[in-house]
Amino acid sequence: MNKTEEYQNEILKKIKNKERLNIAITYVMVIAIYAIVQGLVTTGNISNLLKGILVPTCVYVIAAISLNLVVGFSGELSLGHAGFMCIGAFTSGFFSKAVGDGLPDGFRFFLAIVIGALFAGIVGMLIGIPVLRLKGDYLAIVTLAFGEIIKNLLNVVYMGLDSRGIHFSTKSSMDLGLESGGKKIIEGALGISKIPKNSTFTIGVILVLVTLFIVQNLIHSRAGRAIMSTRDNRIAAESIGIPVTRFKLMAFTVSAALAGMAGALYAHNIGKLNTSKFDYNMSILVLVFVVLGGIGNIRGSILAAIILTALPEMLRGLSDYRMLIYAVLLIAMMLFNWAPAALAFRERVREKLPFGRKKKEVE
Amino acid sequence: MNFSTFMSFVSYLKDGISLGAVYAIIALGYTMVYGIAKMLNFAHGDVIMVGAYISLTMMTKTGAPPVVALLVAIVGCTLLGVTIEFVAYRPLRKASSPLAVLITAIGVSYLLQNLALKIFGAGPESIRDEQKIISGSPVVLFNGQLAISRITILIVICIIIIMCALTWFVNRTRRGHAMLAVSEDRDAAQLMGVNVNGTISLTFAIGSALAAVAGVLLFSAYPSLTPYTGSMPGIKAFVAAVFGGIGSIPGAMIGGILLGIIENLAKAYIPSGSQVSDAIVFAVLIFVLLIRPAGLFGKNIQEKV
Amino acid sequence: MAVLDINHLSISFGGLHAVDDFNVSIEKGCLYGLIGPNGAGKTTVFNLLTGVYKPTEGIIRLNGADITGKSTIEINKAGVARTFQNIRLFKGLTVLDNVKAGFHNHYQYSVLSGIFLLPRKRQMENSMNERSMEILKVFDLEREAGLLAGNLPYGKQRKLEIARAMATEPKLLLLDEPAAGMNPNETAELMETIRFVRDHFDLTILLIEHDMKLVSGICEELTVLNFGRVLAQGKTAAVLSDPEVITAYLGA
Repeated sequence: MNKTEEYQNEILKKIKNKERLNIAITYVMVIAIYAIVQGLVTTGNISNLLKGILVPTCVYVIAAISLNLVVGFSGELSLGHAGFMCIGAFTSGFFSKAVGDGLPDGFRFFLAIVIGALFAGIVGMLIGIPVLRLKGDYLAIVTLAFGEIIKNLLNVVYMGLDSRGIHFSTKSSMDLGLESGGKKIIEGALGISKIPKNSTFTIGVILVLVTLFIVQNLIHSRAGRAIMSTRDNRIAAESIGIPVTRFKLMAFTVSAALAGMAGALYAHNIGKLNTSKFDYNMSILVLVFVVLGGIGNIRGSILAAIILTALPEMLRGLSDYRMLIYAVLLIAMMLFNWAPAALAFRERVREKLPFGRKKKEVE
Repeated sequence: MNFSTFMSFVSYLKDGISLGAVYAIIALGYTMVYGIAKMLNFAHGDVIMVGAYISLTMMTKTGAPPVVALLVAIVGCTLLGVTIEFVAYRPLRKASSPLAVLITAIGVSYLLQNLALKIFGAGPESIRDEQKIISGSPVVLFNGQLAISRITILIVICIIIIMCALTWFVNRTRRGHAMLAVSEDRDAAQLMGVNVNGTISLTFAIGSALAAVAGVLLFSAYPSLTPYTGSMPGIKAFVAAVFGGIGSIPGAMIGGILLGIIENLAKAYIPSGSQVSDAIVFAVLIFVLLIRPAGLFGKNIQEKV
Repeated sequence: MAVLDINHLSISFGGLHAVDDFNVSIEKGCLYGLIGPNGAGKTTVFNLLTGVYKPTEGIIRLNGADITGKSTIEINKAGVARTFQNIRLFKGLTVLDNVKAGFHNHYQYSVLSGIFLLPRKRQMENSMNERSMEILKVFDLEREAGLLAGNLPYGKQRKLEIARAMATEPKLLLLDEPAAGMNPNETAELMETIRFVRDHFDLTILLIEHDMKLVSGICEELTVLNFGRVLAQGKTAAVLSDPEVITAYLGA
């Protein structure tokens, strides 16, 4: 091996190690948080209220990571993420309830999650094909529109199951014409009830790790490079032969599928499901996690989702004022994190500190 | 089609225009702010709600007549809009991502909703007939086959006046020209001596004043007010603005009215229409955007290589 | 045989003939210059060649194959790569990843191999890394391989753009004002690099440039465009001494 090659290999090794470390830190962070929270739970040092939001926090973390794939890495603003969560929740819930005791619990839940992700991914792809031609705010409003459409249409879906098969109606559960032994599964605006409550905090964290595995490995691969180059400069990406639309669609589809997985986790947590939960406010909430945590910053998404989900519960003592404080904190955090004046101020303060960090060159 | 089914169609159409005209007033505010400040002001819908609460409070607490209450609401919302812009949006105008100000706007929206919740309670508040901006029996046409309420007539007159006034303002006055310049190219406008900050403040003032008008009209036409009342009309107006081509004044008006008509006709004529009318509105929007990616009246700008 | 053969190429935007009856034939291995005053239509020619615009008229042939009206992506796959007048790097990616993005169609592996870290991913990534470092070495950018492209100084950004284009293994390389914004030292160095790249990678290069020292220094043949039309064409020395060119372009 000659000198040049040695030198090149050294540089490559450094870059690779940095990348590996970056990926590993994220896993370690999630596992550490899990260990701490589990510790608190087993020692009984955690309030019931907080215990109740453990699984939802996992749901939001998955949703935030997956939305970050679209917003941060593909560079498109999507306001319809809740729609995909909704699809995942309903299809998985339908499956679990339809199968009932026909399969062992764990296996049924596993299949339900796969089904939720699969359907959400398919719908994501079908929506993405026409929609990803649009840009910027137009794309945002159309994704919002699709999210609302999904919710609205599910509101008039009635489905049931009996020995003759699956019945479907858009009017009422009476119109399903079920046999006497048949069961109603989806009841329009009432949604689905009595879904088996299979979700646990541990399963939630496992799904978070699965999401991380998929998203991080995707980003650090050929496809991820194509996705990010399209984000940074579409015209240049085309000029080097990258099929831009295909990779945008891929990011969108994977993101939708992961959101579907989050939805499945959600559905099997409380056991009751209706569409009103999955309105645009939910989409926006997830977007808030992504932006507040730093666009394209996965660890940031995770932390923002955890903090902002826990915050309203922590503020519960302040009763009526909690949402007010939440809103003020949100605005303050945005100004602090994004306003150029605030950033310059932080930079000055950092320089004055004796152990101030130097600006990082590579993230 | 016989005469009475035709008249019922006309009646639905009329209700659609009435609702759509309110959307149009809100959409005008959205579209001006978007065109000039280049941001989606998600809190715009909540300013409507604030406007309605101010006018209601004026009437119940001070016994002011509806017109005075409306004027106070306009002043209040104008101040509110300018303050929001100054405190929450202006510091982020040069932020590295346009999403920053979008999320902040969402924060402002939460803030307004929860302030209203704290002050006025969860509601819903209603309104007495004499507190409406206009009251009295409806105008009856075709031997009672078609009744047009006075508020509908007022709303339509309002949108026409507002439309004419805005068009005149933008095209014929110095400040209007400054707005056009800022919307075209902010930096170039700045170099040419246009007061960009002042122009954007003015835009927010106008948009918020319109929101106050829309709030009072909406509350008079649909008398049920909660802290979340502004949210859905806000979203719909946003859709209307995009529909018409965001940034375009006639686009916002036509988009708003079409949206109102589609929504009302869908409710009337489609099975389970009241549940899926929103879905239909959104589906039409998507359809229009796929054919005309910049909306009905929007300019399609291509990136220069 | 000519690598690039353009016949009667024309495009008009709303009645304005941005490029009008443009003809050129560039031999393999040639370093060809396209010059002319601002607004003469030079970049438009590049945009036509790379499929950003579709010509109103005319035929473009690459090694004899018709590429007229094909998409940017197809044209790149056929062997045309370019740089841009206003630098268009992937600023959020590292220097190394910018070049690796250029190898997109040459070292392929599926998304699933990427996600599940299958052996093929490692093989391909390793090959890409090696090749990318080779190219970066040519442009003296090895040391910066781990930096974000957006953090590079201006001159190096221009070089990185060429490096990225090289990674697509083109037959024809289009450079749009490669020396813009460079100081004389950097320009001289760039001239060396361009020559080296042409010889080393067996390339044909068409470049747009305003820096006359660079043009007369490295271009073997020239076309002068003015108002979308060809004003003069031929060997560099002959073209640059053409009185018409001197009056129209150099503004004697």
